[in-house]
Amino acid sequence: MKEADLEQKFQDKIDAEIRIEPRDWMPEKYRKTLIRQISQHAHSEIVGMLPEGNWISRAPSLKRKVGLIAKVQDEAGHGLYLYSAAETLGIDRDTMFQQLNSGKAKYSSIFNYPTITWADIGAIGWLVDGAAIMNQVPLCRCSYGPYARAMVRVCKEESFHQRQGFEILMTLMNGSQEQKDMAQNAIDRWWWPSMMMFGPTDDDSPNTVQSMKWKIKRYTNDELRQKFVDVCVDQAKVLGITLPDPDLKWNEERGHYDFGKINWDEFWNVVKGNGPCNKQRLKTRNEAYDNGKWVREAAMAYSEKRAARKAAGKVA
Amino acid sequence: MSNTWPLWEVFIRSKQGIHHKHVGSLHAPDEEVAIENARDVYTRRQEGVSIWVVESKNITASNPEDSDAFYEPAKDKIYRHPTFYDLPDELKHI
Ligand SMILES: [Fe+2]
Ligand SMILES: [Fe+2]
Repeated sequence: MKEADLEQKFQDKIDAEIRIEPRDWMPEKYRKTLIRQISQHAHSEIVGMLPEGNWISRAPSLKRKVGLIAKVQDEAGHGLYLYSAAETLGIDRDTMFQQLNSGKAKYSSIFNYPTITWADIGAIGWLVDGAAIMNQVPLCRCSYGPYARAMVRVCKEESFHQRQGFEILMTLMNGSQEQKDMAQNAIDRWWWPSMMMFGPTDDDSPNTVQSMKWKIKRYTNDELRQKFVDVCVDQAKVLGITLPDPDLKWNEERGHYDFGKINWDEFWNVVKGNGPCNKQRLKTRNEAYDNGKWVREAAMAYSEKRAARKAAGKVA
Repeated sequence: MSNTWPLWEVFIRSKQGIHHKHVGSLHAPDEEVAIENARDVYTRRQEGVSIWVVESKNITASNPEDSDAFYEPAKDKIYRHPTFYDLPDELKHI
């Protein structure tokens, strides 16, 4: 079959909501787009463990500590589901690690912000996991089977993350003035970076049209961001916390909340590597990779030796 | 010595009486570690009572490109389905 015919057949399948599986024919650009998106998503889960891991040893109670450990462990799991989904497209795990560690690959910029107080753990759970869920729920219907299936798993696990975060903030908001201030301060710092998690505005995301046509994406960045704002405003009321945007107000005509201008200069600056923690995050990942090398090698040497011994035993 | 751990496909039985189902893959140096890793990666919330791991290179798969021709023989055999047989409505328990 000619390339154009194959491509038409492929698009027909997508339009009919038939999932694409690893060994099916797919346009090279579809494959590349997915490899980039899924591996970046995996990297985000892995790097996302770092800001929160920062508070495991200082969690205020045993209950908070086990909850936070479980959450961070889930994020490791999410990274692993996603790396294995990406591998079905023909890229190997080590190549992806190299891309992350060398700084060539991107991950979600949100994780380049520091976690300064315990309230940040609440803010991340509520806002960052909340934004991630907003992004990930439609990905459960992504046209590429392994990615969609990984997302179903991820989404099931995420809801506990967000609820945990909300509960942390609620507890602080019911506490002393100092605790309330701490929670408010965390929201002041995390709100705008969370809004940026949905990516550039639609006018500024040239690839969205193709991704929507291929049903990798189901909603545009701006659509998802708007959903997020609408949900958060009401939840903030329950918390009694103020979202740091004076332009936030209900627009009767649109049936949505209007919101203020996002600082895209800041966004691009962090993407380019100049956020508060970019260097630290990459350094930590590189150290983990390098320091784990001997363990990976020893495990492999042991299993090879054992296999050889077993084989020799059979012969004898 | 190889640099990366081999890839394993993971199959999990969610409860007694149900088939093992493919859930994803992971890297591990050998089958024992693969099972332990599968437990940590895929059953953190008691999603399984039994795990199978198979090294991915040992799986043989049908070719999706041939699937039209490959499954063609079953296409026109409607007489393999119960509805092919015309029976009176008053007939019960059949
Ligand atoms: Fe996650
Ligand atoms: Fe999460």
